Amino acid sequence: MTPESVHAAEPNQPFLRWSRQREATTFGLWIFLASEMVFFGALMMGYAMHRYLWPDAFEVAGAHTNIWYGSINTAILLTSSATMAVAAWAARDGLRRTVLTGLGLTAALGMAFLVLKGFEYREDFNEDLIPGIVAFPLDPPQTQIFFSYYWMMTGIHAVHLTIGIGAVLTVAWVVAKGRTDWTQSGTLHGLALYWHLIDVIWIFLYPLLYLVGRG
Amino acid sequence: MTDAAIDTTRGAGAPNYLTAGTRVRSWLLSTDHKRIAILYFATITVFFMIGGAAATLMRMELFTPEADVVSADGYNKLFTLHGVIMVFFFLVPAIPTTLGNFILPLAIGARDMAFPRVNLISWYLTLSGGMLALASMLLGGVDTGWTFYTPYSSVYSNSYVTLAALGVFISGFGNIATGVNFIVTVHTQRAPGLGWRRLPLFVWSIYATSIIFVLGTPALAVALLMVVVERLFGLGLLDPARGGDPILFQHVFWFYSHPAVYIMVLPAMGVVTEVITCFARRRVFGYTMMVGAMLAIAVVSFFVWGHHMFVSGQSLYASLIFSFLSFVIAVPSAIKVFNWTATLYGGHITFESPMLYAMGFVGLFTLGGLTGLFLASVPIDVHVHDTYFIVAHFHYIMVGGSVAAFFAGLHFWWPKITGRTYNERMARAAAILMFLGFNFTFFPQFIVGYLGMPRRYHVYLDQFQVWNVASSLGAVILAAAYILPLCYLGWSLIGGHKAGDDPWEATGLEWQTSSPPPEHNFERLPLVTEEAYAYHEKHEHPKERGGGNQDSQGTGHRTRQERSGGRHGPGPHADNPAGGGR
Ligand SMILES: [Cu+2]
Repeated sequence: MTPESVHAAEPNQPFLRWSRQREATTFGLWIFLASEMVFFGALMMGYAMHRYLWPDAFEVAGAHTNIWYGSINTAILLTSSATMAVAAWAARDGLRRTVLTGLGLTAALGMAFLVLKGFEYREDFNEDLIPGIVAFPLDPPQTQIFFSYYWMMTGIHAVHLTIGIGAVLTVAWVVAKGRTDWTQSGTLHGLALYWHLIDVIWIFLYPLLYLVGRG
Repeated sequence: MTDAAIDTTRGAGAPNYLTAGTRVRSWLLSTDHKRIAILYFATITVFFMIGGAAATLMRMELFTPEADVVSADGYNKLFTLHGVIMVFFFLVPAIPTTLGNFILPLAIGARDMAFPRVNLISWYLTLSGGMLALASMLLGGVDTGWTFYTPYSSVYSNSYVTLAALGVFISGFGNIATGVNFIVTVHTQRAPGLGWRRLPLFVWSIYATSIIFVLGTPALAVALLMVVVERLFGLGLLDPARGGDPILFQHVFWFYSHPAVYIMVLPAMGVVTEVITCFARRRVFGYTMMVGAMLAIAVVSFFVWGHHMFVSGQSLYASLIFSFLSFVIAVPSAIKVFNWTATLYGGHITFESPMLYAMGFVGLFTLGGLTGLFLASVPIDVHVHDTYFIVAHFHYIMVGGSVAAFFAGLHFWWPKITGRTYNERMARAAAILMFLGFNFTFFPQFIVGYLGMPRRYHVYLDQFQVWNVASSLGAVILAAAYILPLCYLGWSLIGGHKAGDDPWEATGLEWQTSSPPPEHNFERLPLVTEEAYAYHEKHEHPKERGGGNQDSQGTGHRTRQERSGGRHGPGPHADNPAGGGR
């Protein structure tokens, strides 16, 4: 602890030292990420099983996702992880402007991802790629299983991303208002961990949903 | 246990956590782990009574072989209500969120949980999940059973499955957050000197439970989500007509729901360890093994789920492996039972009410565990699958085990939580009544199940009636035993004597602060200088005839005199300080 920070704001309630709070925040986030891995892991396990059972149907269906949307979105999300990392490390050095710019860009890129995803969903709708409807365009019926995973996995990912954008904006507000000693608290590193998780999950979803049908 | 750094000369008027604020807001928005624990207490008590009411109606229906109280459909909804509420909104949160929330920070000398606001949010998640589930029951009910098996739940059931599943889903996130909070708290909030090998086993048990919360609950969330999206949006992951697989649901569901049994049992084991050491005035036998056993249970519990699916058409080889692993997980449980017994040996045992409940736990848990071994072997499980034998088995573990331990902990820490003592005579009566009533209710179900009575039916063959009448009569006793504590514990809040800081003369940091504890737990943060359960040192006073200093390990037989001198244990150096790895 530097002499200057002694005069800064106190750590949050149970903590006596900032270093402890930082440690706890990032550690807690890592444990939460482990939980998230099980969540998506269960879905991916199901995907693996069904793909093993119905390889042909997955190949047919996999060719009907839109690789342009998928690839551009992958690029957007990877970039957002970079801006997030910039914000997190700038926070350590107390660079307020850089932190706010980084967070702003991260939120904007996240929203761009969601907008593109929305366009992609609209196209899927127009092509009737919705499991359970009578006029499902693809054969065999197991193609619906692929698209069940498609909707479920991308949907849950989008929910995570939405929560992430909300969290980024909240933290940006906290930094702008100087609500806590954000250089010390580890909040930005926790936020970055969550954001990178969203990114990493997408890096798994992209090949599973966009590349498998295009071998 | 520890140091003299604590100022015990607080003024009588100093506010404690109960008097620190009286407005409703100061409770509903409190981030004090003690107040949140009380909020959980209130919540799960209500859910326990609702689930209990459903069970009462079921036992009334089963008094005679014919249908006379409810219809077949009504009965389906009753046992679903009972199962969903009791499992997800009482048993799973029961000990961790109440006793764990209240005691764990105190027991490690912390000011609060690591994330107090997350703690409060967890309660709101649990509460709103419970409200959703309850709403689904009030709107018309759910008829799938608490297991939500597909394809019935996803395709056929014409009841409020979605709402109930969403309720469980939401409360699951409360559980995950609670688990994260406990783990981080134990890692970062321990008092100076409180190393990992000095942690009380109750803390270890909550830690092990939290691992299951964090790594198991998301699987439940996915399983329920698969049902919900099929019902709402027509996705087909569980629909065989489109290549989906209803068995996939069972796999994912039991990946959580078997470990969930240990979410209920591990904290119970922790509570019982605290109680037994205190009322035997003995250091726990085999500390290291106790910790190892709990962690082993937490890990292995994730690899036995297939024993619920021996008749679901899973591969025979899978069944063999799951059967083997289910036998394996009995080993650490057995170690714990042996170690509790060994802890009692040579102790100065007294039978206050918490001890009676704890002894009840050991007996009933052992019986439940042994019948679990029967069920782990494939041929027996195939024979008694979906009979009352299964029902009896898991009620011995969950009700006989977990609920008894919950009451043990409640009575043990009640003076700390409320600052009041309760009527000990009534409490002992309730504990004995609960043990008798429980066996009276559920032992006949082993027999009638083995004779072939299937579960989840509201009518049955005439020859099963005698066992069902016995079970229903036992349930009356059990109900009385549950209502009794409500009376004398409630009365203690008004008319109870002041409890004092450490009425049981127990070790453990939570007993070093006042009862009820002040808002920030300790006037001065404690410093720990020795391991948990130092009961020998605590009660060594000079007039002891050296009994406390004798090394009893060497002497083959002790005189009666010496043995009664051994009430304070065979001496500080008789045990390996860590309990040894025997
Ligand atoms: Cu099981």
